Amino acid sequence: MMGAADLNIPVRMKEQPLLSVRDLGKRYGQRIGCRGVSFDLYPGEVLGIVGESGSGKSTLLSCLAGQQRPDEGRILFDGTDVLALSEAARRRLLRGDWAYVHQNPRDGLRMGVSAGGNVGERLMAVGARNYGVIRETAIDWLGRVEIAAERIDDRPSAFSGGMQQRLQIARNLVTGPRLVFMDEPTGGLDVSVQARLLDLLRGLVRDLGLSAIIVTHDLAVVRLLADRLMVMKSGHVVETGLTDQVLDDPQHGYTQLLVSSVLQV
Amino acid sequence: MTGPSMPLAAVDPVAQGDHRLKEPPGPPPQQKGHRTQHDEADGGEDQKAGEGVGGRGHSVTRVMSDYNFAYLDEQTKRMIRRALLKALAVPGYQVPFASREMPMPYGWGTGGVQVTAACLVPEDRLKVIDQGADDTTNAVSIRRFFERTAGVATTGHTEAATLIQTRHRIPETPLTEGQILVYQVPIPEPLRFLEPRETETRKMHELEEYGLMYVKLYEDIARHGEIATAYAYPVKVAGRYVMDPSPIPKFDNPKLGGCAAIQLFGAGREARIYALPPWTEVVSLDFEDHPFVASKADHSCALCGAGNSYLDEVITDDRGSRMFVCSDTDFCAGRQAAGKAGSEGPKEGA
Repeated sequence: MMGAADLNIPVRMKEQPLLSVRDLGKRYGQRIGCRGVSFDLYPGEVLGIVGESGSGKSTLLSCLAGQQRPDEGRILFDGTDVLALSEAARRRLLRGDWAYVHQNPRDGLRMGVSAGGNVGERLMAVGARNYGVIRETAIDWLGRVEIAAERIDDRPSAFSGGMQQRLQIARNLVTGPRLVFMDEPTGGLDVSVQARLLDLLRGLVRDLGLSAIIVTHDLAVVRLLADRLMVMKSGHVVETGLTDQVLDDPQHGYTQLLVSSVLQV
Repeated sequence: MTGPSMPLAAVDPVAQGDHRLKEPPGPPPQQKGHRTQHDEADGGEDQKAGEGVGGRGHSVTRVMSDYNFAYLDEQTKRMIRRALLKALAVPGYQVPFASREMPMPYGWGTGGVQVTAACLVPEDRLKVIDQGADDTTNAVSIRRFFERTAGVATTGHTEAATLIQTRHRIPETPLTEGQILVYQVPIPEPLRFLEPRETETRKMHELEEYGLMYVKLYEDIARHGEIATAYAYPVKVAGRYVMDPSPIPKFDNPKLGGCAAIQLFGAGREARIYALPPWTEVVSLDFEDHPFVASKADHSCALCGAGNSYLDEVITDDRGSRMFVCSDTDFCAGRQAAGKAGSEGPKEGA
């Protein structure tokens, strides 16, 4: 595990926040999905959202990423009200400035389309019409996520789980999004593959200056990737702070429980 | 097609003057020797227009009087015509319509037949094409269906037809203003094989999100080195909607755009109608570095010598011999009649 000192925490509080969320809430009938969530995400910053199953972190992420419509609250992306956008503009955002990495790569990939086609899809969606350029870009991105260039014409179904997840990441980042949503990006992978993926993600996030929101129940993932942490329980945010601060000195009882539950090897 | 032949017995009185069909449900009698079943429709069609005995409903082929003109009731025709008008107003847009059960199986052209029925008037002269030919099962069946239910004149000649229903081809002979070309469409949604959800494909059309269509072309090039899609090649209509031109060979794609005739597309099972008004801009999708090519077999027709028509490859024996002939039989016959001949001579081999 890397030490805390290795992480450059960008302190850019004077900048405009990239994403600004105020009092976000979502109910499923009587039940609360999440409630009263507010935070600011600055350019280049990675926010981790942790909590146990059913704590509302996935609900929150799907509301943020525009997959569900929240019942209350406001979301500002780069100064524009996301919830007030037309569907066309919202979908343009989804294939341009935003990216969404699913927990299960099968949800985020087209399994019947070759790796190159998967990576190229977003490019073609934003207007690329030159096969040679699309292919070159796809090869470049496969290289960046450590997939051999000769696998470009293979379908994802012929890939291992870790490769599929890396392919999904390449597919999402190829258009240079500014904000990436990740839902348990390492879920379902074995530990050595997880470590490689985390290494890769950390490199990409830092090189590209991405802002990201990562939902996970794996504290090791946020320790490595996240600058700041938000701990959720029963749909509410119970604690926020710098990652190391929260993990090393948890204040809320639930966070203390969470941190102490991590198995030590 | 079994449907229309069954209720024939009921309309016997109508056909009193009919010298060709005396025994109702049996197989059609033969008139000439050199061809078989489809001859009945083929041989009768052109004389029939001249005879015009008693006007509509009493021509040579037995016409069924139990049905409304052209089989469909007027309310249904009105519904289809409304869909057609909307489709013509928004070129390339798939207009849903209340597709009816027709007396033939889905996949046999129920959509095209409904559009044809809604467009037919008694003065029309109908031509039906199946894979370019006028004398294959599907063409003969549909032509006979309208001979019996509408009593309209039929023809094999592209120039003489006012309404042409087609499956898989556009005639080689350029169409003219005043003609209507009706396509039979199996799957109207060009994005269907890439995105199975109808809600999603409609949204993609609405928002003009056609990146996915290019993924298909990309896959073609990645796998085959070129755009291998040879039929149902997607086109963009009037700079807006991406449209499936029905399974015509991509050789025919350039004929879609700037066409003088009205082009109507009917998909019966999928209950969609779309259209190209005359002189619409139609562009086949491609990549900058892999442009669209309207390909055909690299031969000329063995019967008429045409080098610019779409060819069928015909296996002639079990030792690999083959010949290439025009898929448009009317075009080929016309050229042969005008004295043109290919390597096989004008009358051999057919």
